[in-house]
Amino acid sequence: MTTTSKPKTKTNGKSNGATEFKVVGTRPIRHDGLEKVTGQARYGADIHLPGMLHGRVLRSPHAHAWIKSIDYSKALALPGVKAVITADDFAALSGKAIDLGEGAMTNPRFLSNNILAKDKVLYKGHAVAAVAAINPHIAEEALGLIDVKYEVLPPVLDGKEAMKPGAPILHERLFTANNPFVRPGGLKDDNDKSASSNVASHFVFEIGDLKKGFAEADIIIERDFETKAVHQGYIEPHSATASWNKDGRVTIWCSSQGQFTMRDQTAQLLGIPNSQIKVIQMEIGGGFGGKTLVYLEPIATALSKKTGLPVKASMSRKEVFEGTGPTSASHIRVKMGVKKNGKITAADATLIYAAGAFPGSPVNPGVQCMLSPYDIPNARVEGYDVVVNTQKTAAYRAPGSPAAAYACECVVDELAEKVGMDPLEFRLLNGAKEGTRRVTGPIFPKIGYIEMVKAGKAHAHWKAPIKGPWRGRGVATGFWFNGTGPACAIASVNSDGTIKLVEGSPDIGGTRAVAAMHVAEVLGLKAEDVHPSVGDTDTIGFTSNTGGSSVAFKTGWACYEAAQDIKRQMIARAAKIWDVKPEDVEMKDGKFAHKSDPELKFTFKQLASRLLNTGGPVVGRAAIDPKGAGGAFAMHIADVEVDPETGKVQVLRYTTIQDAGKAIHPSYVEGQMQGGAVQGIGWALNEEYFFNKDGAMINSSFLDYRMPTSLDLPMIDTEIVEVANPGHPYGVRGVGEVSIVPPMAAVANAIYHATGVRLYRLPMTPGVIQEALAANSGAKNGPGKRNGKKG
Amino acid sequence: MPRVFIPTLLLPLTKGVKEVEVEARNVRQVVEALEARFPGIKERLVEDGQLRPNLAVSVDGEIGRMGLMEKVATESEVHFIPAIGGG
Repeated sequence: MTTTSKPKTKTNGKSNGATEFKVVGTRPIRHDGLEKVTGQARYGADIHLPGMLHGRVLRSPHAHAWIKSIDYSKALALPGVKAVITADDFAALSGKAIDLGEGAMTNPRFLSNNILAKDKVLYKGHAVAAVAAINPHIAEEALGLIDVKYEVLPPVLDGKEAMKPGAPILHERLFTANNPFVRPGGLKDDNDKSASSNVASHFVFEIGDLKKGFAEADIIIERDFETKAVHQGYIEPHSATASWNKDGRVTIWCSSQGQFTMRDQTAQLLGIPNSQIKVIQMEIGGGFGGKTLVYLEPIATALSKKTGLPVKASMSRKEVFEGTGPTSASHIRVKMGVKKNGKITAADATLIYAAGAFPGSPVNPGVQCMLSPYDIPNARVEGYDVVVNTQKTAAYRAPGSPAAAYACECVVDELAEKVGMDPLEFRLLNGAKEGTRRVTGPIFPKIGYIEMVKAGKAHAHWKAPIKGPWRGRGVATGFWFNGTGPACAIASVNSDGTIKLVEGSPDIGGTRAVAAMHVAEVLGLKAEDVHPSVGDTDTIGFTSNTGGSSVAFKTGWACYEAAQDIKRQMIARAAKIWDVKPEDVEMKDGKFAHKSDPELKFTFKQLASRLLNTGGPVVGRAAIDPKGAGGAFAMHIADVEVDPETGKVQVLRYTTIQDAGKAIHPSYVEGQMQGGAVQGIGWALNEEYFFNKDGAMINSSFLDYRMPTSLDLPMIDTEIVEVANPGHPYGVRGVGEVSIVPPMAAVANAIYHATGVRLYRLPMTPGVIQEALAANSGAKNGPGKRNGKKG
Repeated sequence: MPRVFIPTLLLPLTKGVKEVEVEARNVRQVVEALEARFPGIKERLVEDGQLRPNLAVSVDGEIGRMGLMEKVATESEVHFIPAIGGG
């Protein structure tokens, strides 16, 4: 493993030494741009192989039922059908949680049973069987010939309801783990006769003296919040194509957030060594956390093994909604106390997150993120992970943090109002900074919360008056940890002086360009002189998921180290050619020169052209697992107008401010800020899984599951704050996730300041707002008091 | 000596002691020192000779991936917290 270079500690602050970079901080055209805008880029479903079969999945019509029998003989007899599989075609797996090697713990039996139900179906849309046929139509017809006998059970759809005594039990042997370290869930021993539960885990974090903290408070506010399940809404449905070769080797083409995770999970579920599988990463049309788990990959592989032919399986949009993982619905209670001077003295919160059919909601990160923007001496936060008869949740952009921030930031807004403080002054007074101890225990290193709030306070949006009735402005902040993990990069010097770069992170949001820019900066080249590509699992070393906002940090760093490796070798080669000592050669701005002899100099291109006959090619490599990802904060300002007749909310103006550490490619940072804001606005105003009483999602299309479009929103304004992360060579902090954390509270607070009515439930649809206005005769016709800038 | 913070739900095992100082140069020695003082705590932290899956160790505010091999210094703060997966 390559030893990472000692990071340069940057001067903190907005400037961050922008002039010291030549490539970092610029906005080159993305390397994959042409292919994508011309339709040449190949996504998950763009694979067509000779003799390829088409797979389709039979899904449960019931939210909760025992599977009594599956008879697929008629389906198998249909001409054109080549194979049918059920859960019996998967390996028998342990119910003991394991780490697949990249930090995401998995209970293999739960994972397997989610891909194909074993004895019980646990949500409407749960996969039960799969068919491979010579075309999709025959495969679809065959699904109708599979006879599944069910014993239907009552479902439980809500986390709070599932915790009550007498609630339907999903897993007969699930035990409540009162230990955060065995999450997500586990199964009791066979001889354990204790009562089963839908609560997979319960954990608590505590700091200071809560009783004392509330006793010191002059004002205490306690509120209950509720949020619904929402989907990531990636535009590209899941698709996997597998080809099982006669030698037992398998090739899988799929669009995912991690080719290595797809490989390892598929290998585990099918009981084969992961070295037998090669996963080729296709371009990805959005993931947002939802493509970090296998769904179709093991199914296509098992069908290919059975038929001896390649099999492609793709989901419809309805299947994506009903068969993959949204994020959790939640119930959150927040109690906070504050002194008259605005200082928060105590906070107490309980978070109940619905995990869906199997344990593993994001309640843990929700609990850990919730109070992180603040320095609170006395706090307690507890979390419950509860299984219910809905889709097994998956990660969704800063998993767990948005719902938690929605609850916390609405209460903070109310507290600021109660003590008569500007909400940004309130946050400056209570904001977390370097040295603040979090409720989970560790203290913050250098962070940019205060700098970000100050930037917001100085922003033209915050200073602008709000004009017109029923209009209001809201603000909210949020936190996300940012992740890291193993990452690899291989960079080869071409004879024309360019670089061929292979790295292991599926490209979401322009990360390939960011990787190339790390290399270009080190070697004094232009970004377009580095040609990046994403390697398959046989081409590049293990690289953890494109998730946790980790890629610019970890893969960027790996590319930086690979470039440093090239630099060392190129200096040595120049020294060899000149017959001098390497330490007498320096590299500056992409040129090599002898330190004291001005006659000895090479451009990078000149030296590159001489490599093959002076010792052979130069290849830089790096395999790293760096620490120091550095957390990030975001702050959003929303102006809204509420139509008192219809309850419709129009977002008039929206600004996002975020600490990026150092923006390698500012356009892509801004894109992440805008994208997260838009998803969060949808979560705030429209999006929800709408279930009937039997547990069927009845809005499983983009027509009925209402996501905002460009026609619904104004331009999302962005301001990047750069408080360099001392843990990265260029000061990078992850930027992809925190942008979705503040919007729900920002919009809710804006609605309050427009109407005088606080809403404690998402989504805040026109109907909800109409009801709230009708129930509150004191509703005002705005603009709100906030910001003191009435129009 | 390194300061070790006890997770809230493990406080019954330490009879309410929230923070201890132990002689240790790595997390493995931290766990052994805790076990010597609070019998039973090790099995809540370690499984099959490794830190439990999804358990992370924060040393001086940094989450490392070396598990029991993670080094701790004389002035270190050690916290056991659930690991986080992102989206």
